[in-house]
Amino acid sequence: MNDKDILICRCSDVTLAEIRKWLAAGYTSFEDLKRQLRVGMGPCQGQTCAELIRKEIAAYLKERPEAVAIHKTRPLTIGVKLKAIAKGEQDES
Amino acid sequence: MKADVLVIGAGISGASIAYNLAAKGVRNIKVVDKAYLTAGATGRCGAGVRQQWATKANCIMAKHSIEFFEQAKAILEYPGDIEFKQEGYLILATTEAEDRQFGKNVELQNALGIPARKLTVPEALAIVPHLNRDAFLSATYCNTDGHLNPFKMTDAYYQAAKRLGVEFFFFETVEAIEREQDRIVKVVTDKHEFLTNVVVNAAGGYAHEIGKLAGIAVPVYSEKHEILVTEPIERIQGPMVMSFSKNIYCQQVPHGSFIMGRGDPEAPHDHDITSSWRFLDEMAKTVCEILPRVGELRVIRQWAGLYNMSPDKQPIISEVPELPGFYLACGFSGHGFMFAPMTGLLISELILKQPTTLAIADYHLHRFQDMPVIETEKSVV
Ligand SMILES: Cc1cc2nc3c(=O)[nH]c(=O)nc-3n(C[C@H](O)[C@H](O)[C@H](O)COP(=O)(O)OP(=O)(O)OC[C@H]3O[C@@H](n4cnc5c(N)ncnc54)[C@H](O)[C@@H]3O)c2cc1C
Repeated sequence: MNDKDILICRCSDVTLAEIRKWLAAGYTSFEDLKRQLRVGMGPCQGQTCAELIRKEIAAYLKERPEAVAIHKTRPLTIGVKLKAIAKGEQDES
Repeated sequence: MKADVLVIGAGISGASIAYNLAAKGVRNIKVVDKAYLTAGATGRCGAGVRQQWATKANCIMAKHSIEFFEQAKAILEYPGDIEFKQEGYLILATTEAEDRQFGKNVELQNALGIPARKLTVPEALAIVPHLNRDAFLSATYCNTDGHLNPFKMTDAYYQAAKRLGVEFFFFETVEAIEREQDRIVKVVTDKHEFLTNVVVNAAGGYAHEIGKLAGIAVPVYSEKHEILVTEPIERIQGPMVMSFSKNIYCQQVPHGSFIMGRGDPEAPHDHDITSSWRFLDEMAKTVCEILPRVGELRVIRQWAGLYNMSPDKQPIISEVPELPGFYLACGFSGHGFMFAPMTGLLISELILKQPTTLAIADYHLHRFQDMPVIETEKSVV
């Protein structure tokens, strides 16, 4: 399959071709790619893309995937309405 | 390794300084950052740009910087989109005192050529219909204020600087600055030694610590500021909505998400940037009061960054008189993103001993000791 047709990040519609283009331009950490492409910033918080991108970075840098840092996991774990937080609702999501 | 100028910090300040120096013909510029591009406050900030300030110096800095942002894509020849959304800032007055002060602010701003104006509640509602009409008394609005993508804007400086020959060293921490009497001779990182006499401290939240390495007490400290982002929705809000008294700023970015933040008056002076439930709780309550419709949106993520605070909440853009060749671009007190175009230009002029484009006595390191009365910027969240 053409890497232009392979979606790596579903939240922001980022393809494998784009990841490879930015890697080749020297943006070789997950944080660099995130800042340019929004990967890891969408509603799924990187649950789909992070491991795939880690493998791409590792292959590009010729490192072991475990040696490649990915994004920081941040609160919240699922989307919660601001209104529900303000009112302190139970079972809010 | 030799460097004609060594810049510490690759946030928007360091990137702009390096670009401006290179554009003026300086060669052999090196920029060192302990992490990646925009790892500090720049990559964590609200990235709002406004000219509605209460001190003259800040108004002028912001006005010139916004004139640059308007042309930035062309000047820096950036292939990407810096996402400049120029749809204003709407600043709410919620107390009589604020209402009076804002009248004075607008007079000052207008005298400096900034097109801000005072609005009644109905006029403000015409611009942001989902405002709670009972939450404020009046507002001020300036339609040329706005917002940019901080990653892209910094990347634009970075790419332009690199094209002009600037070298960047990432994941490399400055650990020592060596002096011979009153000049710097060497900067030592965990990977290199740079032989240089000209060093710019653009280390953001770590500006005090970098100053200390050179034996200079820079009167700044850092404090955590938290921020969150919601799911993206269709466009409903043009301007950044802000209130100093309610402690909130809230903007819908072009991507569709809302970002919002507030300060914590009790934040300790340190480098902590962990997220807190208390911020989430207070932020949610504040935004639901002022912009009830935004309360329907889901929070996706929260994070935090450091404000580097100076005693008068205005930047320090200055050479260090006791250590010629050591320059400071720090203490931005929560508004260094929007000033960066001028920060870069002014520091490059100081280094090249050129007359400065703007009068910058108000930003001098020694203003705190020399000036009888210091004007403190009060228009801050
Ligand atoms: C939540 C939040 C919201 C904000 N909102 C706005 C806004 O709406 N508008 C606005 O104008 N401003 C805003 N600001 C302020 C703005 O982000 C900062 O003033 C600005 O980004 C400062 O840029 P800088 O380049 O000076 O510093 P930074 O971006 O902090 O960069 C400093 C760099 O120095 C590096 N560094 C530190 N120590 C060392 C070392 N020892 N060796 C090597 N490198 C080192 C760091 O890694 C970092 O990359 C906000 C800030 C925060 C935290």
